[in-house]
Amino acid sequence: MTNPQNLNIQTKINRIPQIKMSKWFSTILIILFAFLLGGILIYLIGANPFLAYGALLQAAFGDMNGIAETMVKACPLMLAGLGIAIAYRAKFWNIGAEGQIYAGGIASAIAGIYFTAVPGIILLPITLLAGLLGGAILGFIPGILKARYKVNEVITTIMINYVMIQLTAYLVTGPMRDSSSGITISPQLSKAAWLPTVIPKTRFHLGIILAILAAFIVSWLVYKTVLGYQIRAVGERARTARFAGIPVERTIVLTMIISGSLAGLAGAVEVSGVQHRLVEAFSPGYGFLSIAVALLANLEPIGVIISSILFAALLNGADAMQRAAAVPIPVIYVIEGVVIIFIALRVLHKEKD
Amino acid sequence: MLQQFFTISFITGFLASTLRMASPILITALGEMVNERAGIMNLGIEGIMILGAFTGFVVAFETGNPFLGFICGGIAGAILGLLMGVVSVRYQANQIVAGLGIWILCQGLGSLLNRHVFGLSATRPEIHTITPVAIPFLSRIPIIGDTLFNQNIIVYLAFLLVPFFAFFFTRSIWGLNIDAVGEQPRAADAAGLNISKIRISTSVFGGMMAGLGGAYMPLALYGIYTDDLSTGLGWMAIAVVVFGKWKPWGLLGGALIFGAANALQFRLQAMNFPLPYQFLLMIPFIVTLIIVIFFVRGDSGPSYLTIPYSRSEN
Repeated sequence: MTNPQNLNIQTKINRIPQIKMSKWFSTILIILFAFLLGGILIYLIGANPFLAYGALLQAAFGDMNGIAETMVKACPLMLAGLGIAIAYRAKFWNIGAEGQIYAGGIASAIAGIYFTAVPGIILLPITLLAGLLGGAILGFIPGILKARYKVNEVITTIMINYVMIQLTAYLVTGPMRDSSSGITISPQLSKAAWLPTVIPKTRFHLGIILAILAAFIVSWLVYKTVLGYQIRAVGERARTARFAGIPVERTIVLTMIISGSLAGLAGAVEVSGVQHRLVEAFSPGYGFLSIAVALLANLEPIGVIISSILFAALLNGADAMQRAAAVPIPVIYVIEGVVIIFIALRVLHKEKD
Repeated sequence: MLQQFFTISFITGFLASTLRMASPILITALGEMVNERAGIMNLGIEGIMILGAFTGFVVAFETGNPFLGFICGGIAGAILGLLMGVVSVRYQANQIVAGLGIWILCQGLGSLLNRHVFGLSATRPEIHTITPVAIPFLSRIPIIGDTLFNQNIIVYLAFLLVPFFAFFFTRSIWGLNIDAVGEQPRAADAAGLNISKIRISTSVFGGMMAGLGGAYMPLALYGIYTDDLSTGLGWMAIAVVVFGKWKPWGLLGGALIFGAANALQFRLQAMNFPLPYQFLLMIPFIVTLIIVIFFVRGDSGPSYLTIPYSRSEN
């Protein structure tokens, strides 16, 4: 129908400026570019970008304690990032990891503080499981609403975030407050519910090993199981998947239960491995950062390990950067935003469904 | 306790406050509606509101002129709208991811610039909010007069935009063109419309409206700026667009409900309502959830919402 001349005009008009490069290379370019922009911003507010980034790197990787602290922060990012990765594989735009982290934190704190009758050895698994369950319930809600009633998941997950943050604040100022403490925190979890430390004299806890293990399990799930195949099929072409007999609604709900569980577990490891109690606003935006973590890893579970360490280093080094070069901490969110916008350019739109 | 709710002063105060709180949501939602009807969903408007609020506040603080603050807030929003438009039209980016990126970028920028300009001192700089303008005669109507006709000028303008856009989308060629681009881009293209130009223009407009809606908060409501000033109003605006089924009058209804939820929360806090304040803060979000779950189902939006247009694809 179209003659070659016509086609030529078409391609000329429609040429999208696109450079073909490997995902790895483009990822590295995105990171470098985001840091470059961040550096310019640091310069513009009158600080020395080299000093700032130097302090950041030194704090994040300079010694054993720095590395341990980076890994401590990478742990919830890794788990929540895995949750986001699996949801986004199904094109379910879960923005609710933050709320799911709080749900996990609340549930694990309740188990760790009040289940005193449970024998010590199984208290830790129960605490983690409670967190997982809390997150799973919070993932299930937007999942079923989307699958059954086509309710927009972006709005529901964000609204639930705000509710959960307030609920946590209420619990530690009211029913769960440690009355012997001057500040609004819950009592400590029973010692048996604490994730044991792996590297002595640091806060490097067992949860970090669990998170890395989880990445391999999620990778197996995505690539080697029927459910993983269904998730990928639903994400790539929902209509085609439906014609092929894949239960799209069931897959969406299951995806969100898994996604929420992983974020809930992130909240549980933070409470049981780091805070050892429920604290108001205990997550410095792990749930939101985990979106960038998953996207930067190109939704690859193994890649999430690396990208979570990168963002954790930013988070860990941000304090040092502020102290050494007077660069306000929010600069890392600017870098994060730039990374996400660049990734949006890479996630090309596929098909209308 | 209960009789406190039924006093004239509570009711009129609540209604007036509802209109004041509904205005930023309405302004932002109308801009997003125009943008979405052309086919672009900008999830970054929460962030754009934050930067609009900051820009507006700084300009008003430095110059003492709140209206200049509004203009600059709108310009800041328009620039971010342009970024969203170029990224999603020229580079055919995934709009959901790009919008999230803009949201997080703006949150970071807002809080970074706030610390850079005002530092972390305990005393927050304050500005005078825009004074209400009483409309002669009408404002003297008992009970509703003071509520409806003694507001600041932006509230009047926001509500006047509703009939304007209702007219714009049904009677003007521009409105029809925008709908054509969002509903049938291929046909619109064949008819000679410049899809890219229209989509980028609506994106700039949507950004500008979000910037204005953001600037409204420090300039007309609070008189101060904090990092968490917006607390989800941008997300509520997105919910309002879906709730209002992409129609100006529908948006008005939605904005009033969300305005009322926010006003109720402030009123209850002020009168020491016997419920922990965290639950009061949850009210607008829970109302949004309930409305979205029970009244906003299915996707009845523009056919080509979030779908980039390309001539070479079928």
